[in-house]
This record gives sequence, C-alpha cells and structure tokens, in this order.
Amino acid sequence: MAATRRHWLAAVGVMPIIGALAARAQTPSIAGGIQPRMSGRERIRLHHLPNVELIAHTGQRVHFYDDLVKDKKVIINFMYAKCEGICVPVTANLVRVQKLLGDRVGTDIFMYSITLKPADDSAESLREYAEEHHVGPGWLFLTGSPPDIEQLRRALGFTYADPAEDADTSNHIGMLRYGVEPLTRWAACPGMANPEHIVRSILWDLG
Amino acid sequence: MYPLKFRPAPLVEVARKNRQEIVRTGVTRRELIKLGLLSTSGYLIPMRGVSAQTGCAAGACQLGCSPPTIPFVDPLPIPPVLPERPLSDPGFRIPPNAQPSGQPQDARNQPHQFRDRFPPQKFFISRMRPNPNFRFSENAANLARIPPQLIWGFNLGGAAAGDIAITPGPTIVSRYGTPIVVRRFNELAPDDTGFGVPESSTHLHNFHSGPDSDGGPCDPVFNRIVRIGQFYDYFYTMARAGFDTPEFRATNGDIRETLATLWYHGHRVDHTAENNYKGLAGFHIIFNEFDTGNENTGFRLPSFPQFDVPLFVADKLFTPEGEICFDPFGFDGLVGDKYTVNGRLQPFFEVQKRRYRFRILDGGPSRFYEFFLTNPDNPSQSIPFWQIANDGNLLPRPIEITSTRISVAERMDVIIDFKKIWDRFGHPSRLWLENRLEQVNGRAPTDRILPPGNRANVVLEFRLVGPDNVPDPSFDPEPVSFPRVPCSPNDCVFAPICLPPLPADNAANPADQIRVTRSFRFERGNGQWQINGQLMDCTRFRFTVQRNTAERWILRNNSGGWQHPIHIHLEEFRIIRRNGRLIQCGNVEFSRKDVVRLGFNEEIEIVMRFRDFRGGYPMHCHNTVHEDHQMMLLWQVQDIGDNNPEP
Repeated sequence: MAATRRHWLAAVGVMPIIGALAARAQTPSIAGGIQPRMSGRERIRLHHLPNVELIAHTGQRVHFYDDLVKDKKVIINFMYAKCEGICVPVTANLVRVQKLLGDRVGTDIFMYSITLKPADDSAESLREYAEEHHVGPGWLFLTGSPPDIEQLRRALGFTYADPAEDADTSNHIGMLRYGVEPLTRWAACPGMANPEHIVRSILWDLG
Repeated sequence: MYPLKFRPAPLVEVARKNRQEIVRTGVTRRELIKLGLLSTSGYLIPMRGVSAQTGCAAGACQLGCSPPTIPFVDPLPIPPVLPERPLSDPGFRIPPNAQPSGQPQDARNQPHQFRDRFPPQKFFISRMRPNPNFRFSENAANLARIPPQLIWGFNLGGAAAGDIAITPGPTIVSRYGTPIVVRRFNELAPDDTGFGVPESSTHLHNFHSGPDSDGGPCDPVFNRIVRIGQFYDYFYTMARAGFDTPEFRATNGDIRETLATLWYHGHRVDHTAENNYKGLAGFHIIFNEFDTGNENTGFRLPSFPQFDVPLFVADKLFTPEGEICFDPFGFDGLVGDKYTVNGRLQPFFEVQKRRYRFRILDGGPSRFYEFFLTNPDNPSQSIPFWQIANDGNLLPRPIEITSTRISVAERMDVIIDFKKIWDRFGHPSRLWLENRLEQVNGRAPTDRILPPGNRANVVLEFRLVGPDNVPDPSFDPEPVSFPRVPCSPNDCVFAPICLPPLPADNAANPADQIRVTRSFRFERGNGQWQINGQLMDCTRFRFTVQRNTAERWILRNNSGGWQHPIHIHLEEFRIIRRNGRLIQCGNVEFSRKDVVRLGFNEEIEIVMRFRDFRGGYPMHCHNTVHEDHQMMLLWQVQDIGDNNPEP
C-alpha cells in the first residue's frame, strides 16, 4: 500500500497548505494568457444578483444587489398580488415563517417577495397586499420595470426550460431561495412546505 | 441615494450586443441553443458580454464554456487505501465509544445501535480538508487552462498538514465479520469558490447502517450536521442484513445480502450536490470469504488492487478561466462538459492483456451514462464485456453486454478481458470507455445513443501493453455468462451469495410475506418536488414501517420530462416490474438494488425488507440537485408499523 500511497501523493502534487490559499489569489500563469481569477462571490454577483432598480411596497427605491442582498442574509420568493394559485398559501406560510423567526427579520434576516407581474403590481397595490396579509417589518414586496424583473427572475434561476411552461405565470416556481451573500451560501426549499421545516432549513444555513 | 456599482444595460440591449458578438465568433444559433447559451426566444442567458470561449462570459458556469483540454495525457490515479489506526492515535483522544462523548467536538447525539453485539475491531480516521492545489491534470497545456485549484476531499487520517486531502477520498477496505469505526473530522474552511457548505454528514451508500451511522440528511431526532472543528464516529457492524431476525441471528445476517462496491459521500441536507461535486466522496469496498480480493481464492475475481480498480466517474464544469464551478441557482441539475475519472480529466490506464474488474460509479451530480467499449481505430466493432454486479451486489449470473446504462449513484462491476479483445478484435492498442448517452441538461438524458468513436465522449482510454500472454488465474465469466448459457431465476453462479427469496403476498415463510403495499407519485408542481402531493419535511416521518417485515412499493414518475435515480436507505430492494413488465433473469436489473432509475413516465414495482435497525431513513432522488431541492421524504422503522397505502 505504501507504494500506492506514494504514487498518489506524487500524482496530486504535495504542496504545503499554509500559504497556498494566498497563492491562489491569482491563477498561476503557467503558460501565459490566463485571465485573472474571479472570486466565487464576484461570479455569483455578476451572473445571479443583478443590481436592478426596484420599488418596494413601502415606496423606497432600491437596488437589488447593493441595497437588498449585499452582505445580508436573505429569503427571496416570487409572487403577484392577484395570484389565485399558490401565492396565497406561500404568503400565509411566509407570514408564519416571519413570526417564527421573530425579531431577526429586519435586523439580520431580510425577506423579499418579488412580483412576477410588474405591469399590474404597483408599489401601492403591493402595499395593500402586504397589509392584507399582516406582513411585519423586514419583509419587502418589490416591483420594477418588466425587463428588470425578467432579468432578475432568470438570474435567480426561477425559470422553466420549456418556454410554454415558463410563460405560464400561474405555474411559477414556488420555491424560496435563501442565502448568506458574503459566504456565497445559497439554498432553496419549497414555499409551501411546513413552516417549521422551512425555518429549520433556513436557520441551518443562515445560522 | 444609493451608490451604483454597475448599472446593467436593459436586457434587450444586452441580448442584442451579445448576439452580435456571437455572430462574429461564427457560432450558429442552433449550436448556441444546444450549448444552453441562447434560449429559443433568442435571449442569451443573462451575461455581460462574450469572451474568448466561444461565446462565454467571464465566470460563466455553463455547458460548453469549460476551456478545451487534451484527453488521455494523465495516467489514471488509484486512490490509496485508508490505513487502520491504533486507539492510541491522538485523533482518538476522545474515545470512539458507543455513547457519544458529550464533548462539543463530538457532533453525534445518539448511541450506536448493536455496538455491544458487534464490538469494533478496526478503527479509522479521515479528515475532510480543503486541498488548495488539486490538479485535474498534470499536463502543461491542460494546466495552463485548468490550473491547480481548491477542491475538498478526505485525507489518510493524519493530523499533520502534509496529510493532504484528495478526491475521490481514500478507499476504505473492510471485511464482513470485522466491525469498524470511522471517525471523520470536519477540517473544512469557508472559501471564495462560490459553492460548497463546510458542513458534512457522510453517508455510506448502500450499507445496512443504523440511523446513528447512516450519515443521512436531516432527522427529527439525530443530529447529523458535522460542523467545522467537529468529528462524527460512524460505526459499521460489517454484518449482513437480517442479523437481528430469528432466521439469521445465528449467522449474523443472511449471506445472500452480501455487499461489495459501496461509496461514501456527503449528505448535508440541501447541499449534497455542491459538496460532493467539490470532492467529498470516495469508495468503500467490502470483501468476504468468497469475494476475497485475491484471484487465487474464493470466486477468483481479479485481485485487488492491481486488477480490481474503482472508477469514480464525474462530470464537471469549469469557468472559461479554468476554475471548477457549480451553479447554486439552477433547479434542473448540473451536467458538465469535462469528464473526470478518479479526479483526473479523461485519463488513460495501461492494462495488461488479461482480465480486470472495474467498479464503475456514476458520481453525479446529474448525468446518466451508457458505457460502451470502443476501438478508436475501428469504431464500428461491437466489443463485449461482462457485468458481474449491479450496485453493491453480485449478479446471479454474469451477463455479457456491449453497453450498460447507469444513473447517478449506481455502480456496476464489470470484467473486461483485454486478452480476448486483443485476440478477437484485431490487436487494438487502445480501447475507449465511451459514454454514448446524450444528455444536454440536468433534467434527464435524451435517451438518444450517440455515434461511436467521439473522443469528447470518452471517460477513460485503456492502453493495452505488455506481452501477449500473461498468467491470468482469475475467473473467466465467458463460459457461464448469459446469453451464452441460458439463465434461470434460480441461477447462482456465485453461490452462496445468491438472490434471497422474493417477498410475496402469500409466502409460506411469514418473514417473506408482504405486509403492505404503498404507492409513491413523484411530481413537480409550481417547481416544487412533491411525493404524493406532499413536500419534504425534516421535522417528521411520513410513515412507519414495521421492523423485520417486507413491503411492496410502487414508484411512479409523474414529473413529465424528467428522470430520477431513486435511492432508498437501510436495505436493498428488488425491482419486480418496470411499467408492468416483469424484470427477468438475463436483465442486469434482476439483482438486489439500492438505486432505481425512474425514466420518463415510468412505474416501478419494488419489494424490500426492513430489518434489524429502528429509526429514520430517507427515500430521495439521487440527482443530487433535485435532492437538494428536497425531492425527498423521511420514513422510519419501528416495532409497530402503519398501513398507509399512499403516505
């Protein structure tokens, strides 16, 4: 076995671990022409967390990445105010999730519900929706320009590969996306799951 | 009011610019759609511009965006065997007792079941660590494109920094009759690669483990999340299933439940795909008095490790800059455009002209494979080999095949006789292990078989070297293989490791009677995975199986254009029917199984025993991306079960 192990170690290349992390701040330029390395956080920001301008149900104008996600622990879902399908149970679930999370919502955990129908859902109608559902502080309902919302939806992965399926807003993806942006720690769970399960899953990741 | 870091142009404008750039690179629209870069409506998947890699944005983690690499320039690495450690090893300063120690470093909160009956005789340590300098290839041109980089893995158990972690991790070799404890330390660290959660639960896939050592996902009672700085002691009885039933108590289990090729892998709930993809997995091989690892004894299967070789097949994506990447925002699944075997990009393996046993594992996260042997100098040849095992289990009779399909987490042991191929197929100097199953997204393969002889589809190149005649005392499956020899349901070429009797509704032996039939519909509604219309719940068990009984489960795929490898913990099952059609001898699925492929709109009937242990286990999709999006349910075994037919 000793020989096998030696071969393996030789094959993977033994290098002291200390200092190696620092050494990879830039990709080693072995043959030249290598682009500088992009951190995972930067890659995810670039591809998944666009800084689109949104309007909250409170009337605030915000930028998605800079103001809502950067350096934060967040829970994100998509909905629309006149949704007859799953939005009602998901919102009701999230109200219970918010209660279970207590004071943490608005202090170190932030909840965002983004409309899929920005043309229909003004900040005002989202405010009415939030009031109807007795939504507490720390949870924003968000609208914006249709192209911006579409970009956001795609970037966050709330899409179906089949265009017909994707176009059916009533069948929209009811998952909750939650994460810790600076740690690039992202997960998802069904929005209609047992709220105690949701909170348990979320806290395993959000700490 | 709010400082702008960057303000993206409206999507339409970005899409227009991107399309223009792509037109300049000369890639057709059809190719782009195939690569997943362009939706059929003409919008690029959001990106900020096209760089060198055929229309790929900087940092893009997409099929078709990995840098080009040269295949067959690296020898196949063979993971080392994890060494046994004395209890005096400093890693066991807190003793690995049956009861958890109660120390904060000890993540376990429940005692090991059956520990008194099976006192452990061997102790192992492995430490999960980052390896910041892992090489997917040693070739200079490949290294220029895919440089040394950070992965996670398992080490050989030493505390010293020089005991580096590798992926796949060291192979654990154990033996029936010799109970073991494996202490796994979490010495991971947060990093800036963009994926991987530095927490673990390590599942020994296929083994008959107690809930305390199963390394499953979540559980209402057991803590299974091992955090940085903690360890967990996994206890394996190394006894066959049935050891606590009247029938098999005296023999410590039913020998017909013997397992051989297993693997260990991360099972941290919600993060299994990214953590395994980052490297937290390895082989665990079990030998016994018949399958000995020595080709001169027992079944005379090719000797370990020289001629008995594990192949951990996993597809990866790299950014155009050459860094391994994982998209944590994708719901469909992840298929890579770079094959690795045992952690190397499309390696080669020099083989003598004799028989070898290969233990092939689909390491996921989402790809299905159909493996063929291709002679690159004459791709039209149809080259046979022998499948001798499915998942962890020897088949009742070796089956001669020219291809075989495997989905995520499935294993198959094959025997390739390079001497016979050398003699019969015109002295080929090399052979390709080629995956010809088309799959372009994480949802499912297309089921289309691609033409042979495409090096992009090759996972491993065999190079036939050495003299034309070498001694080969190993078992030759050819004379006893189906279809050369007709098969029968009672076949038992590897006696006494035979198929156990099938549970049935009216079996004479009460232990073999089916107590209840349950149906499970796997569906997707509003993008949420459901089983029988219900969602995953880590806070409760969905139903209770009665200990030491058998059940029939019907698994239905109602999810449309998806396929799912369904995995059930605790014990193995038998597939009785696929879409109403009996699975009969001669079929590689006429076997004990722990994963079953659930194809488009398929209905599978299985029967399964639930013996020995009490407590909770999952059933889940082993497309680990689907799994992480909670395509899973929890059930439990207790002394009294329920009769819920649609739990």
